[in-house]
Amino acid sequence: MNVAELQKKLLAAARANPPSDAVPYAFEKRILARLGARPAEDSLAIWNRTLWQAVAPCVAVMLLLGVWTFLAQGNDSSGDTLAAELEDSLYAPSDNQTEIW
Amino acid sequence: MRWLSAFAPQVIVPDSAAVECADAELIAAVLNGEAASFEMLVRKYQPRVFATARRYARRESEVEDIVQEVFLKAFQKLRSFRGDAPFEHWLMRLTVRTCYDFLRAHRRNREISFTDVSEQESDWLERFVADPSSASERTAAARDLVQRVLAELSPAARLVITLLEIEDRSVKEVAALTGWSVPVVKIRAFRARGEMRKWLEKLAREKYL
Repeated sequence: MNVAELQKKLLAAARANPPSDAVPYAFEKRILARLGARPAEDSLAIWNRTLWQAVAPCVAVMLLLGVWTFLAQGNDSSGDTLAAELEDSLYAPSDNQTEIW
Repeated sequence: MRWLSAFAPQVIVPDSAAVECADAELIAAVLNGEAASFEMLVRKYQPRVFATARRYARRESEVEDIVQEVFLKAFQKLRSFRGDAPFEHWLMRLTVRTCYDFLRAHRRNREISFTDVSEQESDWLERFVADPSSASERTAAARDLVQRVLAELSPAARLVITLLEIEDRSVKEVAALTGWSVPVVKIRAFRARGEMRKWLEKLAREKYL
């Protein structure tokens, strides 16, 4: 069987038989009824829903950052050195002044 | 007898600018809170939306659900319609995307087998194998068989085959309708043709091996 030819023939069949554009009776009324039945969304409800949806990702990010900070503290042995260096930097101007006086 | 033509009813064909003007007025009315004006828009465009939806769904209840979804979305998003292009184009983009969502939500896991093919479809295939020119594409069997094969394709493949090959649209038009880029449409079209050929080869193998 020539599959390429069959494919062409079937696509031609689909082109030759377009679907009907018939519309069920009073379909537009059904749409309008659905529109009327839908409660109008107020902006507060949208904000409320969005904020609730944001809770889970925010908690996940917070936990990840917490774990990362905890692990970083555990692995970092230069914590004291950093604090000492910070202190030296802060008091450097006053130390220099005492030396001058 | 020429004087008789003066009494013949005149058929006034609205030009596209007048149609667009009417659409713009209806849309403005809907946005001003006159929901009843939306009924006129629905009445005007529902045949096209129904015809498009019937390309992707077989059961009439599914078709009606798709069309309803399209118009509900259109009503909700009407404020985002800028009026740069005709309303019909905007609505058809919405329709195609809703149909694509429908295909993705109703993806079938069962594969087609030759035992599923009806007797008429099998006869049509027999005629095609004997003499391809004798199998007319204007038969119900050919139409049903192509629907069966299209139903087996992935949602993206079905959409791109329908728009490019069956509706004869250009790659640019397909890109605008689907929201995909032109290279993506080309790649998906290439894959879709391959996917369809694979299904047909499978059918041929089952029948003739």
